[in-house]
Amino acid sequence: MNIQAWTLVIVGLTFALYIGIAIWTRARSTGEFYVAGTGVPPLANGMATAADWMSAASFLGMAGIISFAGYDGSVYLMGWTGGYVLLALLLAPYLRKFGKFTVPDFVGDRYYSQTARIVAVVCAIFVSFTYVAGQMRGVGVVFSRFLEVPVESGVLIGMGLVFFYAVLGGMKGITYTQVAQYCVLIFAFMVPAIFISILLTGNPIPQIGFGGELAGELGERIAAGERVTLLDKLDGLHEELGFAPYTDGRKGLLDIFCITLALMVGTAGLPHVIIRFYTVPRVRDARSSAGWALLFIAILYTTAPAVAAFARTNLLDATRDAVYDPARAAEGDSVVPEWFRTWENTGLIAWLDKNGDGRIQYTGGTAFTTADGKNKPVYLTPPTDPAGRGVHGERLLLLGDDGVMPVEEARNELFIDRDIMVLANPEIAGLPAWVIGLVAAGGLAAALSTAAGLLLVVSTAISHDLLKRAIRPGISERQELLAARISAAVAVVFAGYLGINPPDYVAAIVAFAFGLAASSFFPAIFLGIFSKRANREGVIAGMVCGLLFTTVYIIGFKFLGWSKESWLFGISPEGIGSIGMLVNFGVAIVVSAVTPPPPPEIQALVEEIRVPRGAGEAHEISA
Amino acid sequence: MDPDARSDVNDSPPAGPGADPEPGGAATTSRELYWRANLRWVVGLLVLWFLVSFGAGILFAPELNEHRLPGSGFKVGFWFAQQGSIFSFVLIVFVYVRVMNRLDRHFGVDEKRPRSGGSPGAEGEAE
Repeated sequence: MNIQAWTLVIVGLTFALYIGIAIWTRARSTGEFYVAGTGVPPLANGMATAADWMSAASFLGMAGIISFAGYDGSVYLMGWTGGYVLLALLLAPYLRKFGKFTVPDFVGDRYYSQTARIVAVVCAIFVSFTYVAGQMRGVGVVFSRFLEVPVESGVLIGMGLVFFYAVLGGMKGITYTQVAQYCVLIFAFMVPAIFISILLTGNPIPQIGFGGELAGELGERIAAGERVTLLDKLDGLHEELGFAPYTDGRKGLLDIFCITLALMVGTAGLPHVIIRFYTVPRVRDARSSAGWALLFIAILYTTAPAVAAFARTNLLDATRDAVYDPARAAEGDSVVPEWFRTWENTGLIAWLDKNGDGRIQYTGGTAFTTADGKNKPVYLTPPTDPAGRGVHGERLLLLGDDGVMPVEEARNELFIDRDIMVLANPEIAGLPAWVIGLVAAGGLAAALSTAAGLLLVVSTAISHDLLKRAIRPGISERQELLAARISAAVAVVFAGYLGINPPDYVAAIVAFAFGLAASSFFPAIFLGIFSKRANREGVIAGMVCGLLFTTVYIIGFKFLGWSKESWLFGISPEGIGSIGMLVNFGVAIVVSAVTPPPPPEIQALVEEIRVPRGAGEAHEISA
Repeated sequence: MDPDARSDVNDSPPAGPGADPEPGGAATTSRELYWRANLRWVVGLLVLWFLVSFGAGILFAPELNEHRLPGSGFKVGFWFAQQGSIFSFVLIVFVYVRVMNRLDRHFGVDEKRPRSGGSPGAEGEAE
């Protein structure tokens, strides 16, 4: 069986599994639809949270980003895991004790204010849609790369599937599907990682091989008889080829600090993550499921940087002065590996032979630029057309204003898409075709599970927070459930539209989502639990100031083109959420202090959520 | 963030230094003690959280990178940033889970077993 057949079979099997689970776990009440009837065991909730959290970007993109950013990529590793410590210690158990269904529920009730509730609803919807567009796109991209379906059809297939189990199953359906999706994605990530680790370091555990000496089949070839650790070799290669060192930072310390903090706090404030902790039976389960979630996430997040370093070392070694055309290679010359050509055909690699020597020069600097500033390759012809091939057999690029403009100062001749680091791993390691199918299924599992979780937040925000709690409190449970299903359906369609027509600046918007979550939700929830004195006036003022500050900064520097020199203390827009959070805290505390304290029943509520006893009954009063 | 965690102490009545705790009743005091113990652990664990990530992984990384993790090729700062901090996070959360379960029992605020052993759907009917 070839790669495509394997991919079809494996993806088809996993989809059948998800659909089966969805039918088996249909939601029958709003409680089941919103929070799975609070009956999810902590271990299962941990897995579901992990799958919910790890998106197509974590699965396909993160190792690639780290591979190219080296030490600076650590912000994502620490930021996206450290947030779970905040979540487990500061938010999850108390929110579970509070009961109810959503984040705006808590904000609205704790601050006895519809305004606060509406601000929270708007933030929740915005943050979730921001994210979901990227996921749907991810689904489309996986389909197009592995099954050669157009991106649009891929998005439609993904929409159909999410529609089916999110609308039918609600949180209950999503949770148990996510458990299955976690298993698929972690298996798909670990198998190639383990084999690559064996090939490069002779150690089957990537986390250990990462710090070990080059050994094994490929490793010995790269070391060329030397006894050298992988990371030293990698730093050496970087220096030799004119890249910044891999294990040292390039960004400013304060900037790294702020980005990490914004990602951590943003993670803890993301509604689709928080909502997962409402689904377990008890407060102690909320605590332990945060631990399980973090453990399951850590498996991937500690493997990813190892994979990044392996793939980078191998890439630099394999392309160093390699001859493109095997027929022209002299004795002792290295030739580009086969996967290089495969990925060139898919458009993820491009080579522009600037000096005409038929060898790859891969060094620091950009090989070419494009008019739109994305610097992605524009090829002369589709890969099947022999007319678009150069003298060595490489795909020629379209030169000029409509195509690419070579950067003459840089010796670099190579463009490499970051996604390749995970996608190409199975081939680099020479793994059988079914592993590639597995990676495709893993990428889909990651994208679908996250999309479903986000869509649920959107539908809940509309049917519960807006309709039931703000506009028409009188509607029956049955009507509310119907409204939830309809809004989930509308959200799926809208997300699909965003996936097919993605806004140009997805990455910028994701930074925005974290900034917003960090500067709005986190301080509001935190103060709601840890300070009895925090009141309506303070928290609304805090959220509005934090949001405004962060929004203006991000829009100014990301979209209006303000100059980098005027960055506040040299903090990039990605990290500004942490300052926005401080603004929010400061304003909320000061305003609360000079306005009347919250009413006694609210203070009693705060007392109540601080102790676990009685959590089982908490959410039944709410319906 | 730590000052905020502690700010709670100031929320309770504006008692002068060493003033007797105003809200009376044995139940309140026990809950208050529980909450204080909780805060102490949370602050302690968050200090650890800060040290392994922002400390070792970022602020002191340049200095720590002068050294190698024994028996491996990792520079210490780099290892904390890409591996060590994450392992520590997992550990911190599980320590917290254990400690809190013990505190819950010790102060008598732990939860009873849920009626149905947590099987899905059991509570949904109550809506």
